[in-house]
Amino acid sequence: MGIGSDMYRQQIMDHYKNPRNHGRLESPTFTHTGENPSCGDTITMDVQLADDGETIERVAFSGDGCAISQASASMLTQRLPGTTLSELEAMDTDDITEMLGVDISPMRIKCAVLARQVAQDGAKIHDGEIEIEQTKTEDGDD
Amino acid sequence: MRVQESYPVDVDAIRADFPILQRKVGGDISTPGEHDDDDTPLVYLDNAATSHTPEQVVDAIIDYYHGYNSNVHRGIHHLSQEASVAYENAHDRVAEFIGASGGREEVVFTKNTTESMNLVAYAWGLDELGPGDSVVMTEMEHHASLVTWQQIAKKTGAEVRYIRVDDDGRLDMEHAKELIDDSTKMVSVVHVSNTLGTVNPVSELADMAHEVGAYAFVDGAQSVPTRPVDVEDIDADFFAFSGHKMCGPTGIGALYGKRDILEEMQPYLYGGEMIRSVTYEDSTWEDLPWKFEAGTPPIAQGVGFAAAVDYLDDIGMENVQAHEELLAEYAYDRLGEFDDIEIYGPPGDDRGGLVAFNLDSVHAHDLSSILNEQGVAIRAGDHCTQPLHDKLGAAASTRASFYIYNTREEVDALIDAIDAARELFA
Repeated sequence: MGIGSDMYRQQIMDHYKNPRNHGRLESPTFTHTGENPSCGDTITMDVQLADDGETIERVAFSGDGCAISQASASMLTQRLPGTTLSELEAMDTDDITEMLGVDISPMRIKCAVLARQVAQDGAKIHDGEIEIEQTKTEDGDD
Repeated sequence: MRVQESYPVDVDAIRADFPILQRKVGGDISTPGEHDDDDTPLVYLDNAATSHTPEQVVDAIIDYYHGYNSNVHRGIHHLSQEASVAYENAHDRVAEFIGASGGREEVVFTKNTTESMNLVAYAWGLDELGPGDSVVMTEMEHHASLVTWQQIAKKTGAEVRYIRVDDDGRLDMEHAKELIDDSTKMVSVVHVSNTLGTVNPVSELADMAHEVGAYAFVDGAQSVPTRPVDVEDIDADFFAFSGHKMCGPTGIGALYGKRDILEEMQPYLYGGEMIRSVTYEDSTWEDLPWKFEAGTPPIAQGVGFAAAVDYLDDIGMENVQAHEELLAEYAYDRLGEFDDIEIYGPPGDDRGGLVAFNLDSVHAHDLSSILNEQGVAIRAGDHCTQPLHDKLGAAASTRASFYIYNTREEVDALIDAIDAARELFA
């Protein structure tokens, strides 16, 4: 079955079972939390910036939820270091599905993009662009 | 033939009425209706969300559009009269199906159960509720009633109360006695829980409501499709259900109400079809049920709704219930074989035809995605019972729900697909 699964290819399952950069940073520049209310997925992203205040140096995540949300967060913590905040803010859904390397079914997109949304909202709060306590993705479940 | 004889209904014959059950799935979903690249047989276990539609019902809708499509209650012309007769008779047919002896005057066609609930909440609740009044519901209410009464209570200053669900997924009737008191104006309870499968003692609850002078509203979205229901035996004042969960089309549902109560209520929607006379200053309303059906109604859907009721009556609702219970018990037993599966709600021999559960190691949404890849259609999420899921300590659950065309083999396919998910996540 493992080989036959479209969405749960080896890379996703590997990141889910062995999450990278899982835990908290000692002194993050900013930290932010978000959830998918209908799924119960929660993600906290800690982001540490370089001295230029713009380049992402380290990222860690914690939380729990479905394999797609957690693997996506794990992969994002590897992807972001070296990029700038404006590059982070420009990331869209296609960038995430490309990173995951699998087709995500429409109903699961919100799981896949949660970590990105949390990181982006965290960056915006850091920049003083928005003021929110927590990211909540749109609840499309009924 | 032996397999067929082992079911309360003739499953093979029934399946032949539902062409969709023969299709395969798994291909590109962005081209609905094109199935060339689908390769996985469909196992449809999401009937509590919506049932499929037999050819007999589709034919009735086609006959309407091909034969007598017209607006109702307006035209003097032949087609309009035929359409009006069919649409009015559909009300009588649906009334008869649920034991409403008042016929069409006690059955309002709505969009669905949710709209039926909102109709009463707005037309009755806004006028009648106020500070010091209470609406009693259960902790297992669907959002259709829970959110509706919660919001009407906010507008009117009334209080909402929830009858506790015990560890077995049943209502705590002692708690119900405490909650239903002189302040209570409405007891709004779900008949069969769409999450727990619990069949609630709605008749007893209606009696408790009446003892304190309150009305009883029963949400029958999961009961009317799956068992014989007699609203007068229950003594419900209001009763709501949807066509699409019982072999009918989407876009139509019904609100049953006792005639004298509906008579007293003011309309909820204003406009065409529902008026008797209009001046620039004032208007008067049509007779029941039309005063609650403003605008051009869902005529084809009404005709389809009546055809769905005919279809189910031909099978016999006792048989439908027996088939549901057989599959629910079988699924409960098979899922119960595994220590890593938690099933919600009462035991297998005491529930409606659905089983919600969680697999320890796999999130409900991952599980449903993996089942989907194997052609097994189930529901994952909170099933519109978020507060109940909070109480169960689960953000989401996976739900398999059965109907007249499902088989034990399909339950086995579900179990096999769960095995595959377990293996992938091991």
